[in-house]
Amino acid sequence: MTGAAVQVDGVWKYFGDYPAVREISFHIDPGTCLALVGRNGAGKTTLLRMIAGLSQPSQGDVRLLGKSVRDSEARARIGLLGHGIGVYEELSAFENLRHFANLFGLAQPAAAADQWLERVNLAQVRDSPVREFSRGMRQRLAVARAFIHDPGVLLLDEPFTSLDDRAIALLQSLLAGALSRGATVIMSTHQLREAMELATHTALLVRGKLGFFGPRPLEMLEDSGWLYRHYGEA
Amino acid sequence: MFFRQSLAVAMKDLRSELRTKESLNSAFAFSAVILVLFSFVVDVSDSEILYSMSGGVLWMTFLFSGALILNRSFAREQQNDCLDALLASPLSGSALWFGKTLANFTMLLAVQAFSLPLFGALYNLTWTRSPGWLLAVALLGAWGVSVVGTMFSALTVNLRLRELMLPTLIYPMLIPLLMGAIRLTTVLISGEPIAGDDWVWLRLLIGFDIIFTSLALLLVEVVLLG
Repeated sequence: MTGAAVQVDGVWKYFGDYPAVREISFHIDPGTCLALVGRNGAGKTTLLRMIAGLSQPSQGDVRLLGKSVRDSEARARIGLLGHGIGVYEELSAFENLRHFANLFGLAQPAAAADQWLERVNLAQVRDSPVREFSRGMRQRLAVARAFIHDPGVLLLDEPFTSLDDRAIALLQSLLAGALSRGATVIMSTHQLREAMELATHTALLVRGKLGFFGPRPLEMLEDSGWLYRHYGEA
Repeated sequence: MFFRQSLAVAMKDLRSELRTKESLNSAFAFSAVILVLFSFVVDVSDSEILYSMSGGVLWMTFLFSGALILNRSFAREQQNDCLDALLASPLSGSALWFGKTLANFTMLLAVQAFSLPLFGALYNLTWTRSPGWLLAVALLGAWGVSVVGTMFSALTVNLRLRELMLPTLIYPMLIPLLMGAIRLTTVLISGEPIAGDDWVWLRLLIGFDIIFTSLALLLVEVVLLG
């Protein structure tokens, strides 16, 4: 399994006595886009946080690109787009991107920041503080922050939620580009229509357990509720 | 890479603070209020008593106003889930902590630079008799407070009562450092040289800083990720 981009091995996560994630195991290869679906509270965000190294599994192990998820080499390949946009309100768009480019050790952080501001159409507000941005502009900046270091593994938690049409189109095109370059994408989502356009694989979580894992069923393109009816709870 | 990342974090924190001035303005104002209130407690006409209390008054001022800076340190990362974005990057917990400690240290020095002349003016004391040694004690003391305060800022960031919990946790831990800093500051402001047992206090300050810096570097990853 050393060739797997993401390997999740017998992972459990307890909050007190409550097992939020129960013995989940799977692995996905580079170039895979995994849609992580399930009802609210099924454990999607908890699992994604463990894959991102933000939370330690109570049992089991997560490896990215053959390395422990807390290994700095593995984290240098992660692009995370979580619930929060992960940018600083009082800094400008340019300062935010340059900061993260610095943390990822890019050779030319300022040039990378400017390049990404162009790509997400924020170059005209390069030096404005983020607190003055509209919601859509913040989301585009967050996307640029997640992609600035050309990540090999993209972890996205509800990426399409509350995005405007422009941001959805931008994110989908960036994800398609990343997948074509061999990047791996895991996204938890409720918005199956947008996710299924990109997903090659699907995992359904039911009360913290893996109800289904495999290549995206063709039926889901026509009927996004198909998976829930066949593998979810009644 | 460690120092580049730490410097990036420190510069980001200082830049953010200079834009909002949330912590610095409140720390400056609070230190002025404390110094004014203490001036009602002591007899400002008795210079002997004033000199003997100078170290205590100053370090209580630095510590109380410094807590306002330390409280914001990791709390600043909660907005927009920035801490998650940092922890998912190759930035190590120790580099994150070190960068934040550098930023807090700089801000604590700014509070000291503001408070000392104000103290001299309010209490009509000459505090510049041993500027070199006084600077050394200020630097050692501020570093120790920053080290412990930043570590506990990380520990308490998710607590609802963190503004209360941080000082409650750090003040007892800082007692050895405070004892040394207060004693040495009192001696230096009084114009006496560091001599005899005072060297032990200076060594204690240095030892405290080394030990707690090493401990924090070793433990901060566990504190941040559990």
